[in-house]
Amino acid sequence: MDSVVVLAGGLSHERDVSLRSGRRVSEALRHADVEVLERDVDSSLVPFLLSERPQCVFPVLHGDSGEDGAIREVFELLDVAYIGAEPAACRAAFDKPVAKSVVRRAGLSTPDWVALPHETFRELGAGAVMDAMASHLGLPLMVKPAKSGSALGCSVVRTREELPGAMVGAFAYGDTALIEHFVEGTEVAVPVIDTGDGPQALPAVQITPEGGIYDYTARYTAGSTSFEVPAPLSDDIAAEVARVAVTAHQALGLRDLSRSDLIIDAQGVVWFLEVNVSPGMTETSTVPLSIAAAGLDMGQVCAQLITQAKARTHG
Amino acid sequence: MITPTMNLRRGCFILGVMPSESTPSTQHRFAGRLDNYVDRYAARTKGMTASEIRALFAVASRPEVVSLAGGMPNISGLPLDVVASGIDTIVREHGTVAMQYGSGQGDARLREQICDVMALEGIHAHPDDVVVTVGSQQAVDLVTRIFCDPGDVVICEAPSYVGALGVFRAYECDVVHAQMDGEGLIPEALEQAIVATKASGRTIKFLYTIPNYHNPAGVTMTDERRQAVLEICRQHDILILEDNPYGLLGFDSDPHRALRADEAEGVIYLGSFSKTFAPGFRVGWVLAPHAVREKLVLAQESATLCPSNFSQMAISTYLDKHDWKQQIKDFQQMYRERRDAMIEALDDLMPASCTWNVPSGGFYVWLTLPPGIDAKAMLPRAVTARVAYVPGTAFYADQFGTSSMRLSFCYPTPERIREGVRRLAGVLEAELELRETFDSFAAPRLSRGYESPNTDLT
Repeated sequence: MDSVVVLAGGLSHERDVSLRSGRRVSEALRHADVEVLERDVDSSLVPFLLSERPQCVFPVLHGDSGEDGAIREVFELLDVAYIGAEPAACRAAFDKPVAKSVVRRAGLSTPDWVALPHETFRELGAGAVMDAMASHLGLPLMVKPAKSGSALGCSVVRTREELPGAMVGAFAYGDTALIEHFVEGTEVAVPVIDTGDGPQALPAVQITPEGGIYDYTARYTAGSTSFEVPAPLSDDIAAEVARVAVTAHQALGLRDLSRSDLIIDAQGVVWFLEVNVSPGMTETSTVPLSIAAAGLDMGQVCAQLITQAKARTHG
Repeated sequence: MITPTMNLRRGCFILGVMPSESTPSTQHRFAGRLDNYVDRYAARTKGMTASEIRALFAVASRPEVVSLAGGMPNISGLPLDVVASGIDTIVREHGTVAMQYGSGQGDARLREQICDVMALEGIHAHPDDVVVTVGSQQAVDLVTRIFCDPGDVVICEAPSYVGALGVFRAYECDVVHAQMDGEGLIPEALEQAIVATKASGRTIKFLYTIPNYHNPAGVTMTDERRQAVLEICRQHDILILEDNPYGLLGFDSDPHRALRADEAEGVIYLGSFSKTFAPGFRVGWVLAPHAVREKLVLAQESATLCPSNFSQMAISTYLDKHDWKQQIKDFQQMYRERRDAMIEALDDLMPASCTWNVPSGGFYVWLTLPPGIDAKAMLPRAVTARVAYVPGTAFYADQFGTSSMRLSFCYPTPERIREGVRRLAGVLEAELELRETFDSFAAPRLSRGYESPNTDLT
């Protein structure tokens, strides 16, 4: 078939976000005269890919299976061209503690952290472990599921008393929690794209949520967050956030497209928080804003990535 | 799609040149929010925001998930050939009427038939006092529209129907909850709510109640309670809004006598064909005292001009051509089997520290979790385990109900219901273990937002 398949939905907690992203990407591709078929992930997908052999799959899946590399393993098995990083790189990037280790080895700053499964707290006694975490990492803390997106299950912890509730919230979304020192500062998202000339950072998007915390509501309610792109940064800091995002992209072995979430503290230090291999593309997401700010057309950018993916797979 | 040429009131793209080694040379600056109208919305839209809980319901619609969250009736037993034949006749023989505007009050023939339906619950009404609405949901809206100013109080059972709470919120009413028990609304709690509200200087506009097979609580008001509630409302001059979508779907008895059957002036009665026939036609009704009916017709005309002629004629023809009373008996049997499957599964699989009621009709079981377990906080874990429910807080205007949930047995098959309860029991076991580990029954912080379920879940 001549169509490109945009894959969105799935069964993760971020299904709704993924469906929105999928619609937006599909619309952009159609504006760029690319024939698009939108599909969900279900048991008919593999037979469909085998029989129809689409030119390329654009996975716009967020959360489990979409970003952990699993669905991309299947694309590899079926020899189907797809956009984005290879499975192993996705696995590393989606696992926040692993990604932090990788970027720290690459010389980037990332807040000190621990990653612990629920069992550790149960076996060793939650109170003692939480005391040690608060003491070693220092309050305030950010608690989040080790593998999740869209800020689901994330909490800022400012007092020791808030910690148990935050842990319970994170464990509702997964078996392992990441607890890191919370860095106060300016929050920016920096997309990286590679359309054949090497990874390039797009303009940083500064994020200022109305309520101070960029949670699920702030992310997906239009109007509840202020954005500024390019972020109003000095040339030096702007260059540094771009360098950090590109370095993270390269260190993790990512491909085509990623988005790094960073914090710039009062001293101008740029801290890496996490990276997304399938970043949100919704009406309120930062990547489309950054693409537009770069003077680029989202459909054209996506079309270029498709051309590249096809060449990669089919020569 | 945001384009460089699109101007936004709170933010705009400005073409500029910002040379940089790491970015393309031509940049368009944007600063602001992604909603052109963010400062112009009515105050009543506060709270109409994205929420984690609502996002999780997107997963519940997938077939892999056993949804005990949905409130969709199971209409697979309907005689589609009879319905098709009726609609064919409507189009061929009355098409220009069916597809034309109709009366704001609703089709006269259907209003006569509605009176026949209500007679099953002891109501003797005149068709002229009936106004047809777009589902009984719109009836709640129209009644609230003509009675309530911002700040007026509506007394509701605790818990209450999420769709009605949404209407009351939209009209900026204050909801005061009155407790229920296994026999329905507690008269003393109602009286206390009335007295306390009046003492605070606020104006009560009506009591909103679902006497039969309550959504979400599953309980039915006893005959004694009905009389007590009527008496209290008479004494305090409180209008009653009786919402009765499930009244004919009892499992063990004849229909209960409606409040309206014993009080014509002090009760506005709402009915619906959504559960006894099919919700897709969107036909419900209001039975109101004459003066109120006059205002409701005007309100209906300003809201929709008129309810759908086509839908009304389709329902009228169905009622004429089909043994609809037998169809309702078939529905009762089917829902009874599903109720039994759910109760049996709960008995077999859920920990003893949970409590639930055994409904004698309708669609819902109200389950209360062990102390301290937060149903909303547990929902992500449930969705991971491929089972969904509606957390109790959705049915309160005041964030109570954290440890409860609504389970519906109307849509999944008995086998799927058991599987859903089995998954839910596993989820609860893991949640109990987690809470025990952290010795914490504090609710984790969840982003706030619109928490009513999606349309196909209400």
